[in-house]
Amino acid sequence: MSESKGPRLAALCMLGMLLFNFPVLALFNVPQTLFGVPLLYAYLFIAWAGLIGLMALAAESG
Amino acid sequence: MLHGSVIIFTSFAYLGLLFAIAYYADRRADAGTSVIASPYVYSLSLAVYATAWTFYGSVGRAASDGVGFLPIYVGPTLMIALWWIVMRKILRISKQNRITSLADFVASRYGKSAALAGLVTVIAVIGILPYISLQLKAVSASFSILVQYPEVVAPTPADALSMREDTALWVALILAAFTIVFGTRHLDAAEHHPGMVAAIAFESLVKLLAFLAVGVFVTFGIYNGFGDLFARAAADPKLKAMMTPLEGVAGGYATWVWLTILSMMAIMFLPRQFQVTVIENVDEKHLSKAIWLFPLYMLAINVFVLPIAFGGLLRFPGGAVDADTFVLTLPMAEKQEWLALLVFIGGLSAATGMVIVETIALSTMVCNDLVMPVLLRLRRLRLNSRADLTGLLLGIRRGAIVLILLLGYAYFKLAGEAYALVSIGLISFAAVAQFAPVVLGGIFWKGGTRRGALWGLSAGFAVWVYTLLLPAFARSEWLPIGLLEQGPFGVALLRPQALFGLAGLDQITHAMIWSMIANIGAYVGMSLASSPSAEEHRQASLFVDVFRPAGEVGGARFWRGIASVPDLHNLLTRFLGLRAADEAFREYAAARGRRWPEEALDADAELVHYVEVQLAGAIGAASARVMVASVAEEEALTLEEVREIVDEASQLVVYSHRLEQKSRELEKATAELRAANERLQELDRLKDDFVSTVSHELRTPLTSIRAFTQILFDDPEVELEQRKKFLGIITKETERLTRLINQVLDLSKIESDRAEWQSTRVDLREVIADTVAGMSQVFQERGVQVSVKLAERAPPIVADVDRIIQVLLNLLSNAAKFCEPAKGRIEVALSQQGGMLRVDVRDNGPGVAPAYHDVIFDKFRQAGDTLTAKPHGSGLGLHISRQIVEHYGGRMWVESAPGGGACFSFTLPADAAAASRAA
Repeated sequence: MSESKGPRLAALCMLGMLLFNFPVLALFNVPQTLFGVPLLYAYLFIAWAGLIGLMALAAESG
Repeated sequence: MLHGSVIIFTSFAYLGLLFAIAYYADRRADAGTSVIASPYVYSLSLAVYATAWTFYGSVGRAASDGVGFLPIYVGPTLMIALWWIVMRKILRISKQNRITSLADFVASRYGKSAALAGLVTVIAVIGILPYISLQLKAVSASFSILVQYPEVVAPTPADALSMREDTALWVALILAAFTIVFGTRHLDAAEHHPGMVAAIAFESLVKLLAFLAVGVFVTFGIYNGFGDLFARAAADPKLKAMMTPLEGVAGGYATWVWLTILSMMAIMFLPRQFQVTVIENVDEKHLSKAIWLFPLYMLAINVFVLPIAFGGLLRFPGGAVDADTFVLTLPMAEKQEWLALLVFIGGLSAATGMVIVETIALSTMVCNDLVMPVLLRLRRLRLNSRADLTGLLLGIRRGAIVLILLLGYAYFKLAGEAYALVSIGLISFAAVAQFAPVVLGGIFWKGGTRRGALWGLSAGFAVWVYTLLLPAFARSEWLPIGLLEQGPFGVALLRPQALFGLAGLDQITHAMIWSMIANIGAYVGMSLASSPSAEEHRQASLFVDVFRPAGEVGGARFWRGIASVPDLHNLLTRFLGLRAADEAFREYAAARGRRWPEEALDADAELVHYVEVQLAGAIGAASARVMVASVAEEEALTLEEVREIVDEASQLVVYSHRLEQKSRELEKATAELRAANERLQELDRLKDDFVSTVSHELRTPLTSIRAFTQILFDDPEVELEQRKKFLGIITKETERLTRLINQVLDLSKIESDRAEWQSTRVDLREVIADTVAGMSQVFQERGVQVSVKLAERAPPIVADVDRIIQVLLNLLSNAAKFCEPAKGRIEVALSQQGGMLRVDVRDNGPGVAPAYHDVIFDKFRQAGDTLTAKPHGSGLGLHISRQIVEHYGGRMWVESAPGGGACFSFTLPADAAAASRAA
């Protein structure tokens, strides 16, 4: 429903602000790798892709 | 070997292709089958956000601080999540008001203020110049590098070149020509450029493919995938430090957060983003797809930024090659000439896309919001009486395009060489971020006024100039560098990059903090301090309440005056041309079911408003206002009247609230009525029961009287003894009948409150003693012993003495009636409990079952089955007694167990005055 579309997307914006901010970023700002990719880089792109996926679900519903 | 001519030829061929696409799309749009009416094309056109800065500069930034480039793309992703709330509103407002640019939007919101439109235009042009110069720099630098193929040599500084070799100038001129051909071939009332949008969408595809091609080549061609590349980079301690970069960079997380906020604003308020997102939007519904497709595009174009940066750093150690050029120099170093050429075209796509849309947007603003208002005010030019102004409008726009690109080139010459690509872009971001408070405040807060907007924008822009633009000039030695190091006139507190001693932040964060404080502070402060004019008030309500149904009536409600249809038609013709004006009038007439010009139109408020909106599409809201006012004799609405009209809309909401409330009240009343009706029906039933019971009770004695009189009448031979007995029965039944009728009358009196109560002060002790004495005959006859236990002193009560006697008689005769003859014992007691006197009448009869303790006080109800057991009385006595006691504020009840006798008790309140005297 378009009634709840705005609030859902706004909630995702809040989630994104949490994911791409201190202190969550600091958790991944460590010298480790995931499948050979530095952990921070891997985290940023995976979290970003995940957020876009959720936005697609929210935007296309209703 | 890539000769310069090959590169130039390819570039022109590419531009030609773009033009063909635009031409085709324009044709399709005219035919009504537009290719841009698709959410996918819309999403791709939004990707004009990714410029040469993204294409070359992201890698440059990544090579210096790892993930520092990402906030510029993550920020827009977060902002777009809010688009369903924010952008949908801006879209709706812009459609209804025919907004043609960001300046038009701001001016229109704050009372169609020409001053505000001009200010926004100036800020946008000055703010965007660094950004345009960045594109010129990127194209000319990439050309200079590519032309050296296969050598990888840094390009010669621009000021050392002769005019003929100065590629940036040529790029600027060529792009100007191209943009003019693209954007100002004809004047469109709605400022729609379907051809341009289609070309931009195509360019977005090209730059994405080119960048992905390089990324795949570097990651999987030069190295063996991501793991291999990062493992090799990790071997170098300097590169390894970039993998956990956040606390290393100046300001660390603060920089990250501010860049995110900055790009959240940029995605909305860059003039070219406003152009493609709002002005060129053909269908609001396209937002749904764009909300996730556009972020996905940004994700895709960024995936390979880090691999390319690390690849470049590994391939060119020691900083021999500028990291901004890695995208191009890596394929060149690997002898991939076709890939290098593709990259150049990709970069060209990114740059041309940006320049075309940005200059079209800016030239519209310059023409509509800066030049036209001035020209229209100059009476000497007699523009008001010129027949056709479309040529003039197009001329101004073309001039503006050339001027903007040349200014961009001038900035490039002045300051461009001193900065990396990303830093130049961010300066522009910070400039357009100044629009955020007035736009966002304007669509959600009715309180924002024209003065607040003017002050907010001016303050924010002034801080921007001081903290970002001046340092840029100082760095390029155009201003003395001492300004930065010692501050103006040696005042260290005013150093532009450490204002009021705020040091330790990067310059963008620093500038954003101070400019936002100045901007928002002035906007809110001045808005609260000033009161809006009528025009501002009405525009504020049109913008903020755009989704309210009444809002769709639009601005026509706000206009009152006299105009003539030919005047209005002439006005439109002058600015749009005859064909477009005729078309507009025909559409207007058709929407009202009429044919124009065959049928006449009324020059009413609606038509005037329609013409103004059409005109606003061509020359901006502020100028349109002035022009319409020149042909229509207008009555200015006072602030009060506007308030009234606005309030009408609010009234509707209030009414609907009230209506809801009314219907709720109605429901409640209905429920109450239903309950009352049920109670009435119940009472009606009770009355019927009462009548039938009374009739039944009357018939019983009547039947026996009739039977005995019949016998006496029929048979004169009846013996005297017998006769006496019969007559005795008849007398008794008659008495019973009389008593019954008396009681029914009594009851109806009491219940209807018509009884006469002759209240006097009564001593209950005396009354009880008298009543018991009066009944001694009855007790003796039945052989019942009576004992009386009265309190020694009792306060008097106020009551009708006859009624009290009636109650006592009733209780005593009931007790006598139910006692077994000869063994019966009755106890009468009087006691005082607080302010109440209590009378108990106890017998040792069969008692009353608990189930009947309440029922026996009802009318005609007796303990036991009245059908089988012979009734001992009318069944009204106890009921009447209780009514009397309750009338005086007392209580009557029974305590009993079957077989254990019964105790009937009642209380009456003592006379308060007497009680207090006695105490």
